[in-house]
Amino acid sequence: MSRIQAKWQSLHAAGRKAVIPYVVAGDPRPDVTVSLMHELVAAGADMLELGVPFSDPMAEGPVIQKGHERALAHRVSLRSCLATIAAFRESDALTPIILMGYANPIERMGYAMFAEAAAQAGVDGLITVDLPPEEVETVNAELKKVGIDNIFLISPTTPNDRIPLITSQASGFIYYVSLKGVTGAANINTQEVAAKVQQIKSETDLPVAVGFGIKDAASAAAVASVADGVVVGSALVSLLGNEDKTIESRCHDAVALLGEIRSGV
Amino acid sequence: MNKPIDPSIYAQVPDAKGRFGPYGGKFVSETLMSALADLERVYSQLKDDPDFQREFDSYLAHFVGRPSPLYEAERWSDQIGGARIYFKREDLNHTGAHKVNNTVGQALLAKFMGKKRVIAETGAGQHGVASATIAARLGMECHVFMGEEDVRRQALNVYRMRLLGANVISVTSGSRTLKDAMNEAMRDWVTNVDDTFYIIGTVAGPHPYPMLVRDFQSVIGREARVQCLNQIGRLPDALVACVGGGSNAIGLFHPFLEDESVEIYGVEAGGHGVETNEHAAPLTAGTPGVLHGNRTYLMQDEDGQIMHTHSVSAGLDYPGVGPEHAWLKDVGRVNYVTANDDEALQAFHTVTRTEGIMPALETSHALAYAAKLAATMTPEQTIVVNLSGRGDKDIFTVAEVDGADIFGEK
Ligand SMILES: Cc1ncc(COP(=O)(O)O)c(C=O)c1O
Repeated sequence: MSRIQAKWQSLHAAGRKAVIPYVVAGDPRPDVTVSLMHELVAAGADMLELGVPFSDPMAEGPVIQKGHERALAHRVSLRSCLATIAAFRESDALTPIILMGYANPIERMGYAMFAEAAAQAGVDGLITVDLPPEEVETVNAELKKVGIDNIFLISPTTPNDRIPLITSQASGFIYYVSLKGVTGAANINTQEVAAKVQQIKSETDLPVAVGFGIKDAASAAAVASVADGVVVGSALVSLLGNEDKTIESRCHDAVALLGEIRSGV
Repeated sequence: MNKPIDPSIYAQVPDAKGRFGPYGGKFVSETLMSALADLERVYSQLKDDPDFQREFDSYLAHFVGRPSPLYEAERWSDQIGGARIYFKREDLNHTGAHKVNNTVGQALLAKFMGKKRVIAETGAGQHGVASATIAARLGMECHVFMGEEDVRRQALNVYRMRLLGANVISVTSGSRTLKDAMNEAMRDWVTNVDDTFYIIGTVAGPHPYPMLVRDFQSVIGREARVQCLNQIGRLPDALVACVGGGSNAIGLFHPFLEDESVEIYGVEAGGHGVETNEHAAPLTAGTPGVLHGNRTYLMQDEDGQIMHTHSVSAGLDYPGVGPEHAWLKDVGRVNYVTANDDEALQAFHTVTRTEGIMPALETSHALAYAAKLAATMTPEQTIVVNLSGRGDKDIFTVAEVDGADIFGEK
């Protein structure tokens, strides 16, 4: 059983919803990422989503774009992200780690080489924003060989008859994008989310996590009541980018927010 | 050059997945997949629909002013003393460039789909102006994304767009040029996908854009082929066009791909020189990767990050290129070469003075290469250059490079 599957089993057994923070690897500074990851776990994160910085993050709103830029200013790469994960794994063998990013850095490394290096570093899942099911044949074959889950996005614009095409290729869980737009955009409509999550669940036994518009403890609690888990991204990255504060207190603020969200879910 | 044995392969791309060999495809976020499927469905329905074609042709004739002439550049050819050079005069189109052929086609698709809001990205501003123009004509709301750096160097076109009623959004992320304008347009499209049609300005982006932009621009090559047969009595020996994303080039080339006697040259922006890394020549010096919805040649570093580009011409300042060009390079049908900033500027001045035709700086790259090529050929041979646009928009850039003081301020 994969680390992600094991985690969902224990969450279900405990009647608990997953809280999944998203931070960009190397943001705000590469030397604090590993300790930030450990602190997020200590504050109640069930899994970690680590953004791989890319020069052209087309699906991100301004907040996460800036996170990518801060990391790129330190020349953080896919290779250094994997090194960061390997370092985290030295003292945490259990928390699932999901890489989230864009196709080109992986394409450049080569899908086979990436899959092997990612598995070795301790990666459990992969979300590639610009690899829809129509384009994943090659990467899925490589991920299967090394037991990494490929996690797909489903969006409000996904027609119901397309959902099986996605769920049939997916493993680990389904990531439901709660709104039309980029990360960090407008408020989410919990009722609409609930309806779509139900629709997805009628097609698959995979758990469904929801992300893209969760801002605080209240919106996280509302969404968690209709899904298996919540992903919190822009709200954390915004705190990590607060230039009025030291790097240490930015990390402290992000961890505190995650703790608040955890206690509300 | 090792040409493929079977020339019919050119009519068989893209395949059903939008692939040109390994290039092309649909590398976009899930939110856009159903919009692309809608567009594909509508386009395949309208492509061969006589009423749609009649409306498109009527706009091309009466609004754009087609067919554009094929013109012999006599004095310039005499001066070079080699092959005779002909210009396909896309600069004479309404709004001054080839871009309008495509914006009319896509805006008619938008109209058919009932979309009242159109968005576009632009570099030189020609595609933005052409989009704003047809949006005004069809009564649509138009938003144009343009890199901050391009807003500065193409101020004339920015004001033209505003006069036409478009909202011009200055993009301040990344390198503040065409690539970032395209990122921002994609972000807008994801957010407003229900009521918005994205008019992409070149043969890039996800399938079906590279195919439909090619189809709309192929009117250039179809006309040129007939004009060559009528005016010269035979096919040309060579075609030359500049390549930014590659829409004016594919438009000229596509109807000639099966004519094996015709040598074809696509000219990328060499910037300060391809050896300097300050250029915009992905086919010449790049490697395959995925950006803006398709797999193609890109300017990228060893980590897969997209590199900053440089060209004196805003319309060529792009790190990618249409996927069909990537494939045509690999199969060996088209030769991709470069012209540097200074060569393009020199061609700009020469053609302006010798022919009384002021070309766009993008076009000037094609002219610079055509001059070199012509010199290696004989007066019995002919070259057709796609005169993709006129140069009025570039006079501030040229004045800046030349140190001229147009407003008498110094
Ligand atoms: C006159 C002119 N030619 C060429 C180009 C380059 O685009 P493409 O390669 O798609 O023809 C532009 C783009 O702005 C242009 O304005």
